Amino acid sequence: MGVKKSDIVLLDDKGLRCDGRKIDQPRRIMIKAGVLKNANGSAYIEFGENKILAGVFGPRDVHPKHLANTDRGILRCRYHMQPFSVSERKNPAPSRREIEISKVIKEALEPAVMLENFPRTVVDIFIEILQADGGSRCAALDAAAVALADAGIPMRDMVSACAAGKVADTIVLDINNEEDQEGQADMPVAYMPNLEKITLIQLDGVLTPQEYEKCVNTAISGCKLVYEIQKKALRDKFFGDESQ
Amino acid sequence: MDDPKRKYVIPGDVITTGPYRAEENVHLFGDKIIATAVGISEIFDSGVRVIPLTGMYIPRIDDFIIGIVRSHTSLSWELAINSCYPGILPAQDVFGRDFDPKVDSLTSRLKKGDLIAARVANSDRSRDPLITIADRDLGKIEDGELVKISPTKIPRLIGKRGSMIQSIEGATKAQITIGQNGYIVVSCPEAEGLLKALDAIRMVEEQAHVPNLTERIQQMLGSNSE
Repeated sequence: MGVKKSDIVLLDDKGLRCDGRKIDQPRRIMIKAGVLKNANGSAYIEFGENKILAGVFGPRDVHPKHLANTDRGILRCRYHMQPFSVSERKNPAPSRREIEISKVIKEALEPAVMLENFPRTVVDIFIEILQADGGSRCAALDAAAVALADAGIPMRDMVSACAAGKVADTIVLDINNEEDQEGQADMPVAYMPNLEKITLIQLDGVLTPQEYEKCVNTAISGCKLVYEIQKKALRDKFFGDESQ
Repeated sequence: MDDPKRKYVIPGDVITTGPYRAEENVHLFGDKIIATAVGISEIFDSGVRVIPLTGMYIPRIDDFIIGIVRSHTSLSWELAINSCYPGILPAQDVFGRDFDPKVDSLTSRLKKGDLIAARVANSDRSRDPLITIADRDLGKIEDGELVKISPTKIPRLIGKRGSMIQSIEGATKAQITIGQNGYIVVSCPEAEGLLKALDAIRMVEEQAHVPNLTERIQQMLGSNSE
């Protein structure tokens, strides 16, 4: 918008990116579990300039009742951006993009949550983007997974998400807003680190088969870094100083 | 934690591999036994389980619970039991087998907001759990203060062979009824004892994962009385 394409150097000759990171370095990540009193589980994440709050309710009664499933529970997810989360006011009504992200987050968490234990119930996840930077769907997923664990909802594994992409013909980890706008490809990946399974993969851009493979592996290595931070957030809340 | 058989786990943590039986809050993936909840894992005999530190109450047959009457139909009451399912208390249970919905009014016995001590008669998740009060020591609770804590902390509040609850009751002269669903009724003739007992229960909830909690509670109750 304000900045012309030629004004940003995505990768300088020292191998540093536009925000000073190396190609395999994620942004600063901070997660805190259990920040809300009224939700059954909650988490707050700062992922670079992203600031995201996630709250989880349930398992609880399904309303409207016709949505209920008699042999398993259902998962509902709302990803919502606050009007002040971006530089120009965002209309708070759900946009096409928000509806899509709500759907992919729901589908990325479904393999992990053991919904078959709770027939006729619903688990509701509410995600509020307070401040958006590139990669908010991954950050939102990370917060939602911690909030689910905080609520005590049985899960086969945590879900950790991180993006990778291609900027200036190089595969880089965790792309930010500028790289997303100006770069060549963006690939968000969600991953279950112990089961070694991918639950979300999207790709915006064009990659060769070699680049594709490298991009997936880079994103997975990012997911593993995020997983450690998610673990720490839960340990800090539940075990305090005594965690190993 | 010193004990090698117990560790702090979060969902996805591999507790152990090998020929163990997967019990509560774990699942078997290949030969790995994986935790599905935040809690403390335990390996005992040939089984592995996780004692959760957070989560909802899942009704199990024969659990002693405390319910709050929420509403009623012409045949049964609906109880809040701190679970994702409401408890169903059939009217025959209270009125006897000659119950007649044309004659007997359910509100004459239990009204909205009443507390009852009850047992889970049947629960299979395909239907709402069936609650009964047809037993000794079950029925309407006439007085006392209701406290809600996380159902996952109930074993800690009871303590080993009831040690924790006995020391709280002994020091405060309060009578404490604990429901497995996390609802607790405390009654005490003296206001001071009641407040002390409530404080102790809240302390157990906050510090459930701390070792030597019984001694800490005893200290707290002792220092308050001086």
